[in-house]
Amino acid sequence: MSKPVNIKEDNFDKIVTKATTPVLVDFWAPWCGPCLMVAPVVDQLAAEYEGKIAFGKVNVDECPQIAGKYGVMSIPSLIIFKGGVPVANIVGFRPKEQLKKSLDAVLG
Amino acid sequence: MAENTRMIDKRYDVVIIGGGPAGLSAAIYCSRGRLSTLLLERALVGGQIVNAEQVDNYPGFPTGINGLELTQQMHCQADRYGLETVYAEATALELCGTQKLVSTTEGIYTARAVIIACGSQRQKLGIPGEDEFTGKGVSYCATCDAAFFRDKTVALVGGGNAALSEALHLSRFADRVIVIHRRERLRATPVVQEKAFATGNIEFRLNAVVTAIEGEEFVSRVKLRHVGSGEESYLPVSGIFIAIGFKPNTDFLRGLLPLDEKGAVITGDGMQTAISGIFAAGDIRRNSIRQVIAAAGDGAIAAVSAEKYLTE
Repeated sequence: MSKPVNIKEDNFDKIVTKATTPVLVDFWAPWCGPCLMVAPVVDQLAAEYEGKIAFGKVNVDECPQIAGKYGVMSIPSLIIFKGGVPVANIVGFRPKEQLKKSLDAVLG
Repeated sequence: MAENTRMIDKRYDVVIIGGGPAGLSAAIYCSRGRLSTLLLERALVGGQIVNAEQVDNYPGFPTGINGLELTQQMHCQADRYGLETVYAEATALELCGTQKLVSTTEGIYTARAVIIACGSQRQKLGIPGEDEFTGKGVSYCATCDAAFFRDKTVALVGGGNAALSEALHLSRFADRVIVIHRRERLRATPVVQEKAFATGNIEFRLNAVVTAIEGEEFVSRVKLRHVGSGEESYLPVSGIFIAIGFKPNTDFLRGLLPLDEKGAVITGDGMQTAISGIFAAGDIRRNSIRQVIAAAGDGAIAAVSAEKYLTE
């Protein structure tokens, strides 16, 4: 069963830029309460959308450069990439149903 | 937002609107009191305190407690006594005889008593650029977002205790924090003001208001107007934190209950409102001190009042 991949500088290219499917990247930090609340939701979505959408996580404390590159100034930020480029940016906690709508819109 | 007009069959003793500490405390007391209780929450259980990494003033935790952890435990406690939780947003509250109908995004719930614990949200400035740049340099939570402004110059709008304590927090990350307040004097208590004045990288622009937030992809500057002279100027900043106060989340009530001049619900000592069987707890109330322990206290009192109302 698919779980979100831990993304860092050295694997960002392979997992996000060169992906053949859309990728949802969860920007988070251990001190961010809402990030910890959205994490299990992202885990569930990773399983449900297996094969259709890939999932990854970026710890902004460990990888501030990736966060800075994509203009992440508030977390949680869920950025959906398609063809290596951001196509959607969801800032702040959202319930599962709302996230599914965003994912389905990217697939649609 | 889509309203679901489906009537939910089950009749509850109590519906609690809002899953922050006020609602969670009420939920514990109601469920443990064997009342059939439903908690409605539109986003995440825990409310605003989930953003606090360490709460040092909630009684019982001498070394502090993480805000998320504290509220998760409250929720578990209520679950233990049979609480039901539905993730939905309340859109209206109506009366039907002694029954209360709560319209939500997931359907219409019926209860004999309702506890309104929806809290409040940060007041907006209402100026151009504010919405466009939210999340791109405009923030309403210094504890949440300070880390993203390391070594940068940021503005903070506000003059009360909350504003200055946010400025102090920001000063640990940002290179410069410029506090902008529309009056000559700050509203914060003297002790807090002194601390801010003594902090080297906090500056003050008094008698000034922000009239616009500008930038390309992200915020790069704000437009200021001097209150006295009307003189306008630009202040280059990478971010702007807005801390001008809180607005109670009472819009959905649509005039059902008397509200004070700030839109807060007016209650009696037992958290009762003007309508029999409807109670309010937490930051949504008039003169709330905006502390978790006060919200939890309100929730417990509201639950006891509700129980009394239901058994009379």
